[in-house]
Amino acid sequence: MAEEMRIVLRNYGKIDPLKIEDYIAAGGYKALEKAKGMGQQALIDEVKKSNLRGRGGAGFNTGMKWSFSYGIKTDQKYVVCNADEGEPGTYKDRIIMENDPQSVLEGMAICGYAIGANKGYIYCRGEYPCMVEMLNKAIDQAKAKGCLGDFDIEVRMGGGAYACGEESALIESIEGNRGEPRFKPPFPPVIGLWGKPTIVNNVETFANIPAIVDKGADWYKAIGNAKYPGTKVMTLTGDITNKTFVEVPTNTSIRQVLNDFGGGVAGGKKFKAVQIGGTSGGFIPEAFLDTQLNFDDMSAIGATLGSGAFFVMDESRDIVDVVARIAKFFAHESCGKCTPCREGTMRMEEIMERVNDRHGDAADLDRMGRLGRVMTKACLCGLGQAAPSPVLTTMQHFKDEYLSKFN
Amino acid sequence: MADYKDIINQYKDLPGGIIEAYHAVQREYSYIPEEAVEAAAAAFKRSKAEAYGVATFYSYLKVGKRGKNVIRICESAPCHVAGADAVIAALEKELGMKMGESTADGKFALELTECVGQCQATPVITINSKPYENVTADKVAAILTEYK
Repeated sequence: MAEEMRIVLRNYGKIDPLKIEDYIAAGGYKALEKAKGMGQQALIDEVKKSNLRGRGGAGFNTGMKWSFSYGIKTDQKYVVCNADEGEPGTYKDRIIMENDPQSVLEGMAICGYAIGANKGYIYCRGEYPCMVEMLNKAIDQAKAKGCLGDFDIEVRMGGGAYACGEESALIESIEGNRGEPRFKPPFPPVIGLWGKPTIVNNVETFANIPAIVDKGADWYKAIGNAKYPGTKVMTLTGDITNKTFVEVPTNTSIRQVLNDFGGGVAGGKKFKAVQIGGTSGGFIPEAFLDTQLNFDDMSAIGATLGSGAFFVMDESRDIVDVVARIAKFFAHESCGKCTPCREGTMRMEEIMERVNDRHGDAADLDRMGRLGRVMTKACLCGLGQAAPSPVLTTMQHFKDEYLSKFN
Repeated sequence: MADYKDIINQYKDLPGGIIEAYHAVQREYSYIPEEAVEAAAAAFKRSKAEAYGVATFYSYLKVGKRGKNVIRICESAPCHVAGADAVIAALEKELGMKMGESTADGKFALELTECVGQCQATPVITINSKPYENVTADKVAAILTEYK
């Protein structure tokens, strides 16, 4: 039986999230104090050594990212917390912020000290207005107690654009523009918000930081899988007995999460597939269920860890129908800036609808395969690059389901 | 109802604050009046085209009149497999209108949305951003009476 390990959710259910005294009594803001005693370079080295990798999906070494901004001499830098959780089937950032907002603020303040920034933004999705209110209360409490020092944090609301999860699109949105991604390089740690060095990290990444500073890099990197150490918060949805969330070490297998925490497929039905990482994640068949939930092992089977969404489908589900729905999602959410994504997601939806409505033929599979490969290579940002993944992985692992639509 | 110009002006000195201003207007009106987009353009020193481009980029923002209570139903995959279609049909029947429309009395607007982050209890609808979980067709009428 696999066991949960709560680092990010260390205070879950133990503190009143809107009572900063509780957070402080649980050891909160000691890490920020410790970080300031270490000095910027040593702090960044420690975070780098912990091998904490971005929990938003890209899996980049967090300390390394910070070092890019640290090295630049300029009058202003920014820290941005990506709380624009829009990945279908994902609600981990909400759970973290709802239950322990101060841990995120402390993580941001530590980052601010490390890179030399005195201003932070939390970009929270517009669909969470209660969360915005809660974050503002938490910030007010932290300021009133003087916990954040000279570091200021402001909350900005997103507008329901999936594309804004991409860091440069998110920055555009904070600047008051359409949330379209920028051409890269330059990357945001060098030229970001209002042209200044900007670190954009996910809520879950920031919530890890105080624990790492407190207990040290050696402690952290020994947890879970060495290539992607620590824990991952997963949200279990679809045909699973326990629709819940879990925080597990990154050497936990898909099967363990499914059975030990999820209670198996709902209603005693048989397993067909699980889609992990959100709507752009690959569909995973039974044969790969012993894969560990970390960035590299998931990539190795053509899937993703992504946001930690864990969407289970039982034997009765029509895979092609679900993928057609997903294709519609991407056609809707493409920001329209680059042609391969704007046109590609639209054509992919068109073909998937046709196949799902039993008006397609086998040549459509070749067309989608080719279109998907082009999009993977040619789209400007991760949205378009990952959009074909559900189509491509289901054509690979569940080809019979497509063929049955041609009879 | 507060004047949209006054609302927008509260944000005009906030860097990049045009989206915050739109949210504030929408909180008051449940939508963004066309003229408010022009007022925002003036307040934030942007062209009308830019101000309109920003307002219409974001699906949570709505330019042009719609019903007061905004009902949104999630159609992302977890809600889709949990039976969102039946809830959509029940909402359309109960309100006597189709997705994307508003009731004649101006009380309700009905819209599809993507994931609203409440996937622990699907299908989910939100009314004025307040989530309702595990919604089934037979629960729809009771939920709506709260707003009638």
